[in-house]
Amino acid sequence: MTEPLIQRSPALRGLRRFGKALTTPLAPDDYLALINPLWSQRELRGRIEKVVPITDRAATLVIRPGWGWSFNHAPGQYIGIGVEIDGKFHWRSYSLSSVPLVEGKTVSITVKAMPEGFLSDHLVNGLEPGTIVRLASPQGDFVLPDPPPAKMLMLVGGSGITPVMSILRTMDRRGSIPDVVLAYSATTEDDMMFVHELRVLALRYESFTFYERFTDADGLLTADQLDTVCPDWREREAWACGPGPMLDAFSEHFESEGRLDHLHVERFTLNLASGGEGGTVTFGVGGPTVEVDGATTLLEAGEKAGINMLFGCRMGICHTCDVPLASGSIRDLRSGNEHSEPNEYIQTCISVAAGDCTLAI
Amino acid sequence: MAYADVREYTHLTDDEVDAIGAELDAIRAEIEASRGQADRDYILRVITLQRRLAAAGRITLFASFFPPAWLLGTALLGSAKILENMELGHNAMHGQWDWMNDPEIHSSNWEWDTTQPAEQWKHSHNYIHHQFTNVLGHDNDIGYGILRMSRDQKWHPANLGQPAYNALLALFFEWGVALHDLDIEAIRKGEKDIPLLKKQLRQIGRKVGKQSLKDYVMYPLLTGPFFLHTLTANFTANIIRNVWTHGIIFCGHFPDGAVHFTEEELEDETRAEWYLRQMLGSANFKGGKLLHIMSGQLGYQIEHHLFPDLPSNRYAQISVKVQDLCKRYDIPYTTGPLWKQYGQTLRTILKLSLPNKRTEDNPAPLSPRQSRRLRDDERQNRRSELGKWSGAA
Ligand code: FES
Repeated sequence: MTEPLIQRSPALRGLRRFGKALTTPLAPDDYLALINPLWSQRELRGRIEKVVPITDRAATLVIRPGWGWSFNHAPGQYIGIGVEIDGKFHWRSYSLSSVPLVEGKTVSITVKAMPEGFLSDHLVNGLEPGTIVRLASPQGDFVLPDPPPAKMLMLVGGSGITPVMSILRTMDRRGSIPDVVLAYSATTEDDMMFVHELRVLALRYESFTFYERFTDADGLLTADQLDTVCPDWREREAWACGPGPMLDAFSEHFESEGRLDHLHVERFTLNLASGGEGGTVTFGVGGPTVEVDGATTLLEAGEKAGINMLFGCRMGICHTCDVPLASGSIRDLRSGNEHSEPNEYIQTCISVAAGDCTLAI
Repeated sequence: MAYADVREYTHLTDDEVDAIGAELDAIRAEIEASRGQADRDYILRVITLQRRLAAAGRITLFASFFPPAWLLGTALLGSAKILENMELGHNAMHGQWDWMNDPEIHSSNWEWDTTQPAEQWKHSHNYIHHQFTNVLGHDNDIGYGILRMSRDQKWHPANLGQPAYNALLALFFEWGVALHDLDIEAIRKGEKDIPLLKKQLRQIGRKVGKQSLKDYVMYPLLTGPFFLHTLTANFTANIIRNVWTHGIIFCGHFPDGAVHFTEEELEDETRAEWYLRQMLGSANFKGGKLLHIMSGQLGYQIEHHLFPDLPSNRYAQISVKVQDLCKRYDIPYTTGPLWKQYGQTLRTILKLSLPNKRTEDNPAPLSPRQSRRLRDDERQNRRSELGKWSGAA
């Protein structure tokens, strides 16, 4: 779709190749970035344009990406953001809340400060406009299909609203929202992000139903209440994003009703408890061996065993921790998938042992 | 010489060796915990300086027909290459900056401005050399498979040419390094895995191609009629870098006082003993701040070998603690001015080009009792040259 100019133009591509021959083993960008940090596409970067408060504890970060960024993310996808604090980059992923548009030359993510999350707190309260951050390109398949299904249900808890917001805004921009029911839970009204924007949307589109739930007063939305909140939920394609327990409960319910195929789930937190079975992990053929349970990532296990494990984001974004699997099988905590192909690169930071396995380190 | 002898010489009990290990672990933990903004600022400053030097050198050489510009451009480019190889490349590829989680300054991504591919260097250097420091038969850095650097290595008439080989190695050091991970020794013995050899040669070929294209084709062509001037300037800058890095690296393990070890010492080696081997096998040199930066802080070779992946800008600070530890436990800490360390290295190269019987013999290792009573300056005399210690295994 919208490739960045630097990749679109054959002349620029040729120029860059010529430049690269002159600057090897670096890239021309490495020199240009000395003048402007955004003039590099070796690593995606962005500049914080502004930080817009959304609630007391949440803010939208508007980011102007540098070279190499293509504004063609699918609504609902998330990006990785690396922020430097005291010399060290910390990586997290957040859903893009902006619509995929080149015009504004910016993208935005909405971050909620978590009580225990020092990085989210820093992003909400401490980021000066002008700060340069690292970015990882959009990923994830919690996306709006094109064309959208006729009837949709969105089950959202807390900050799970951000990918849904991007989906809703995209449809709004196209001027048509199909039959959508949004059930959105937050602890209180003050804590509900985008609440006004959503109410306005509901007024403007008859086809859009906005069910607000304040859990401090009304308690959590349980799966069996679904029949009351959205009686025809079995006819709808469903999207769910929010805290782990909520997603588990709804997944179970959909499964028991034979509707699991129609539920799209986005998890932000690794569900360590439901991990692999654990087993004996060997680091390098003939290398040291440790017993691990199904909740310890291979990265942690290796580090505990004193192995020099490479890592970056520790959450499955940057692939610094990739290591080929020599034998055995592992489970990817995010997808729950088992991988057992020898030589397949696995990300040690989000994988656990599913039985005995050997990593080719 | 057996490891036990080293410990005898250093008159350390098992408990003392363990205590030293614990102290060094504590130093490591302390530095790790204190890494932060100032360290990042330092490395970013060096990177900026290096890129400016390189750009300034290349630009100056557009006037390479004009001799002062040729000289200045060559000097700028040479120092940029030195800085890149020593303080940036070597240290980044050790993972010294991995803690920053910055993908651009990370051991897995760094590629350096020399003919050896980073991947191979990380194997031959980070793994082989740092793991098996100064162990004969394991550490190919001892004489780079070309020079006889220990009395324990068998003499061969070909060693007579050593001074000449060394001069050539210094001039074309990057090529020596480029071929290093191929393990010439293994190839000669026919033990080398052929598919691996092919893969490595391909990698080297690609890297050499890019480097040569840049220095010997592209930039000279850009300066048009001054093609040859620019070419000679680039060639000279590479030679300057080669001679410098060769000198610095040879001063790390070959001055008098740096000990070589034999295979047996590796058996059952504890972490504390590994530390001890690093300290006894390495040698520092003294100098000003600029000298240390231009040598990638390898004037603190002892500290570097103890903690190869701690940020280089901290070695000076670590060295104060290590020297104090050495003093308390009466462990030798080999250092001296650069010229002296280099002179001793050259003397060893000259001397060991001759068979052992033609050169000074070794006194037996000291008994623990004796050594405990030795005053520092006396010990310095005893260790006045490499080789005096080895050979009596
Ligand atoms: S550490 Fe970033 S992908 Fe695993």
